[in-house]
Amino acid sequence: MNITEKILARASGKTSVSPGDVVFVNVDKVMVHDVSGPGVLAVFEKLRKKGMVIDKVWNPDRVWVAEDHFVPAADKISAQNVVLLTNFTKQFGIKKHFKYGMGQYGICHTLSHEEAMVLPGEVYVGGDSHTNTTGALGAFAAGLGHTDVAYVLLNGKIWFKVPETLYFKLNGKLPDHVMAKDLILKIIGDIGTDGAAYKTMQFGGTGISEMSVESRLTLTNMTTEAGAKSGIVEPDQKLREYLAERGVTKYNEVHGDTDAQYEKIYEYEGSEMEPIVAKPFSPENTVVARDLSSVELDKAYIGSCTGAKLEDLQAAAKILKGKTVKIRTEILPAAMSIFRKAMDIGLLKIFMDAGVVVGPPTCGACCGAHMGVLAKDEICISTTNRNFPGRMGHIESQTYLASPLVAAASAVTGKITDPRDLK
Amino acid sequence: MQPFKKIKSIATPLDKVNVDTDQIVPKQFLKLIQRTGFGQYLFYDWRFENGTPKKDFILNDPSYKNSKILLARDNFGCGSSREHAVWALDDYGFKVIISTSFADIFYNNCFKNGVLPIRVSDDTLQQLFSTKSEIEIDLESQSIMVGGKSISFHIESHWKKILLEGLDDIAVTLLHENKIAIYEKSHKI
Repeated sequence: MNITEKILARASGKTSVSPGDVVFVNVDKVMVHDVSGPGVLAVFEKLRKKGMVIDKVWNPDRVWVAEDHFVPAADKISAQNVVLLTNFTKQFGIKKHFKYGMGQYGICHTLSHEEAMVLPGEVYVGGDSHTNTTGALGAFAAGLGHTDVAYVLLNGKIWFKVPETLYFKLNGKLPDHVMAKDLILKIIGDIGTDGAAYKTMQFGGTGISEMSVESRLTLTNMTTEAGAKSGIVEPDQKLREYLAERGVTKYNEVHGDTDAQYEKIYEYEGSEMEPIVAKPFSPENTVVARDLSSVELDKAYIGSCTGAKLEDLQAAAKILKGKTVKIRTEILPAAMSIFRKAMDIGLLKIFMDAGVVVGPPTCGACCGAHMGVLAKDEICISTTNRNFPGRMGHIESQTYLASPLVAAASAVTGKITDPRDLK
Repeated sequence: MQPFKKIKSIATPLDKVNVDTDQIVPKQFLKLIQRTGFGQYLFYDWRFENGTPKKDFILNDPSYKNSKILLARDNFGCGSSREHAVWALDDYGFKVIISTSFADIFYNNCFKNGVLPIRVSDDTLQQLFSTKSEIEIDLESQSIMVGGKSISFHIESHWKKILLEGLDDIAVTLLHENKIAIYEKSHKI
């Protein structure tokens, strides 16, 4: 069995499972945020009206809550939703509630690794499609709808059909001007936005062993954009060190067997990779960044669970140091812990000297909800994960998806720029 | 939920690929706390301009008023996992969505809310797109009746049962945990 099959077998109490099997698994962790939380509570309300008594969740210690999409409160209703979440965690005794304005908080997928909320070998589900991100910690991580999350909250279990696994093998390190974001955009361009529908995307090979945990998280984050059920990377020494830095050393790692089966193996040569950009309006609409050097931009956005981890900010700082941005540029670290580290190592000064606005963690602009949305016809280069019509604002705005290096280089020139071409 | 019986209706042809859940219900409506009333926001940015219906959008064509079946191209329901998307389709009146493929989370969310997503081949979808007459969906026999012809479709047996009996997934599944364990042992899909 491969790692995904072994985790699902363990969690369903079986000795072996195969792709296509339906298994009823015990969930280790579940997460809701300020969009899915109120959605789940609406489902609870529907059940209560039918006479069901809901006065507890299956295990409050395995539930955690993030405030990320509509904080800072975008309007009165968003503010009310945060109150709703607070009442929910109080009522059900949920202690892990990362509250805006009270120390550590941030985007849920970022907190999952920054706070080591999920550990290797676990089954983790969340009320958000990018829950796949956390699979880079060697866990089975998948997004669910509100009704499914409500079910897990009450019962601690959920059905899964064991997915087939597509294995993406990276041979050798990526060049300095290429980031994990470029690789995952290249892969999505190759297999399409439904290329991994109901499948697991597993990443391995020497290039992945060389890659930081943060970079791996960029890969798994965007497996959602290929329709994947989950994304995963096997645990290794780099992951152990990453978790140890966060005070966690005890967990049960799961590794695939040597004769693990994969539906298909794709190979990529690290040295051949180039900066890639996805054009509007689909993440599969990819070209090399240099082909877009005439595209004039209105805004650069470096933020989100995909592109605002510490190393993403470090990559942006490498470009922006001593430069001035030519277009509106915003950098929003994905969690307060990252914001603080960026301050401690001097990145915020580099950004501000370059004329960039640095803002608090939020999903706001990435999903076009608030905190800097796009006007009609505006064009943005962004380190985020989606560029559907209207994703970041007006339905007639446009988003190009890119790595933090490309986004920062483009912020300096005002046009889409390969970092190698920045003078 | 209401048991799903036969549905007969004209089908609304939404000729778009990769319709993501943000097109189905734009983000500005996600903040609403209640679960009902999302139909008015369905395809909002495509349907309305400054609050006025856009004439060229298919849902605003009077011939598709009261349609219960939506046709769409590949990868319908991709993007955000928001269940509001299914709530909006259901509230608007769509009980069946037919496409060549669906995004996984959206597909599962449909069954939780009594909406039937049907996957068909490119040829079948093309045929449905080109018909102007009513089509009939019979879940029991897993067939689509169009122009006097019957086309069969596949659905996983547990989803079929949930829809046919109008089972409320959570409440009922909690009551039937043992049966699930037995079912799980005996079924592979």
